[in-house]
Amino acid sequence: MTPVVKIEDVHKIYDSGEVKVHAVRGITLDLYKGEMMALMGASGSGKSTLMNTLGCLDRPTSGTYLLDNIDISTLDRNELADLRNEKLGFVFQGFNLLARTTALENVELPMLYGKRRVRSREMQERAMHCLDIVGLSDRADHFPSQLSGGQQQRVAIARALVNQPQVLLADEPTGNLDSKTSVEVMGVFQKLNDEGITIVMVTHELDIANYCKRNLVMRDGRVVSDTPVANRSIAETEMKRIHEAEAAAKLIA
Amino acid sequence: MHIGSTVTVSFRALRRNAMRSILTALGIIIGVGAVIAMVSIGNGAKSMVEAQIAALGQNVLLIFSGSVNQGGARSGSFGAGTLTIEDADAIQREITTAIAISPEVRTSAQILANGLNWSTQILGEGADYLNIREWPLSDGTMFSDADVRGVGKVCIIGQTIVTQLYPDISPIGQTLRIRNQPFKVVGVLAAKGLSVQGTDQDDLVIVPYTSAMKRVAKQTMLRSINVQAGNADLIERTQNDIISLLRQRHRTTEQTDDFTVRNQQEIADAANATSNTMTLLLGAIAGVSLIVGGIGIMNIMLVSVTERTREIGIRLAVGAHGKEIQLQFLTEAVVLSAFGGTIGILVGIGASELLSRLNHWPTLVSATAVAVAFLFSAAVGMIFGYYPARKASLLDPIDALRYE
Repeated sequence: MTPVVKIEDVHKIYDSGEVKVHAVRGITLDLYKGEMMALMGASGSGKSTLMNTLGCLDRPTSGTYLLDNIDISTLDRNELADLRNEKLGFVFQGFNLLARTTALENVELPMLYGKRRVRSREMQERAMHCLDIVGLSDRADHFPSQLSGGQQQRVAIARALVNQPQVLLADEPTGNLDSKTSVEVMGVFQKLNDEGITIVMVTHELDIANYCKRNLVMRDGRVVSDTPVANRSIAETEMKRIHEAEAAAKLIA
Repeated sequence: MHIGSTVTVSFRALRRNAMRSILTALGIIIGVGAVIAMVSIGNGAKSMVEAQIAALGQNVLLIFSGSVNQGGARSGSFGAGTLTIEDADAIQREITTAIAISPEVRTSAQILANGLNWSTQILGEGADYLNIREWPLSDGTMFSDADVRGVGKVCIIGQTIVTQLYPDISPIGQTLRIRNQPFKVVGVLAAKGLSVQGTDQDDLVIVPYTSAMKRVAKQTMLRSINVQAGNADLIERTQNDIISLLRQRHRTTEQTDDFTVRNQQEIADAANATSNTMTLLLGAIAGVSLIVGGIGIMNIMLVSVTERTREIGIRLAVGAHGKEIQLQFLTEAVVLSAFGGTIGILVGIGASELLSRLNHWPTLVSATAVAVAFLFSAAVGMIFGYYPARKASLLDPIDALRYE
């Protein structure tokens, strides 16, 4: 089986004139279909740079990156954009939904930029389907301002899913959410992963990383540990525990 | 991405900021509206001037008695009067391309009739005058050549005279006293209304020029001679023939000419030049407001690009090409300005309609002005939208996503 993501000795050097910043210093990494990997590290460890590279938003200075067997180092700006559109889904810390645009229209967005013209009816059907997956089909005509943080992030996940990507990239998807909503969102990721979608997420929090199957820790631009998660948290179980705790709290009070 | 999707995206973006979009378009609305209203006023004035000049008659030449030099002191135009009845007769006799001529004398006089009196202009003319001017009678007949030869005491009157002196009875056959000389009214002219200068063209009495000279003005010289050429092609030849005939008779040269010959085209050209200048001036002033509107669009688009940097980042991240971002913002600018242009056209047409109703100004909305104003407003959107759109398209997706 060939990996979905194959990175070999990737370096990234930012050259801002006088100072050269060596953000990533030789990373080799294989990611197979169905994996769910947490990318951890302190700020400045190079994880964001690696994430941007994985997301085809940036090209490595040296080394090779094969995404679904396509060598991205030979692609220009527009070809990278097409690749992002077809093979990648993005979820951001700040949700990054278009304001004053309905949830449905937000989810439709990536389809507007596909190479193939999608008829508006099909666009709506696919967007509705993805909203259904994240459990928000009844909020399709709501604006982001009318949704809670967790709901907004789920809309963002639906948007990332709409073009059936090879890899879902999430940059601190729970960073702006409270712990209960975080568990809820992790539940969505786990459900998607169970259906076979490959997920990579950047996170600071160990307990969030525990929901993943694999943990990659970076420091100073290098991988310092790459281990499978031994005692994986399951969102469903966690959710139940939280509900019970809440119920108990009410009993005591 | 496809044009259809781009337009969809642009419309969604504009709708999201409906109030701002409308205010931005307002600049263009006012610009286009002003251009159309101003050009309509200019064109209206022009068409009115043209109508007035056409009212002079077809293929008409006017010979004015000019300045005369008496011992070094030169009189102005019409000053001394240098044209004589003999000159008129000579033109009639020798210029074969002139099909009708009417010598003219003008004076003003107090007139009495029906127990009422009125001061008006008295025109002495030949029997062909009304044919040359293409001025129909509403009642009665024109006096004849015999009346002219016989220094007849007959006259035709304008509508204003009818209202002032004959409010209740038909003027035909009535007696009108001009400087105490009784004249019989034989015809009434059709109403002509105000001239471009605002004078009442119906406030006049026309008598045979011979009568005007001998009985009213007591003068021997003609003020001018109206000549009608056979057709448009003969105007120039007729003009030249008249000039050389009069030079011969008056023993003058180009430098010492005591008469002026003008043809209708020259008068029309002069008048048109004036109204064209006015139209151009009004249009240019209005055009400035269109450019100001365009700068407004550019300003808002620049604000919009900065404000929507994150949005641009998202679009780039999910696969938008730089060109598509550029097209989106350009389309927004063009949609804004074209929308403004369309509303502006309606406003402009409405404004010119209103002006002509309220102020009785003649206005004429020209299709060319509408088309040019619309295309110009779209071009304004294109030109002023280009820079912000280009700026947006060159953003780096990572920077744009991180933008706070």
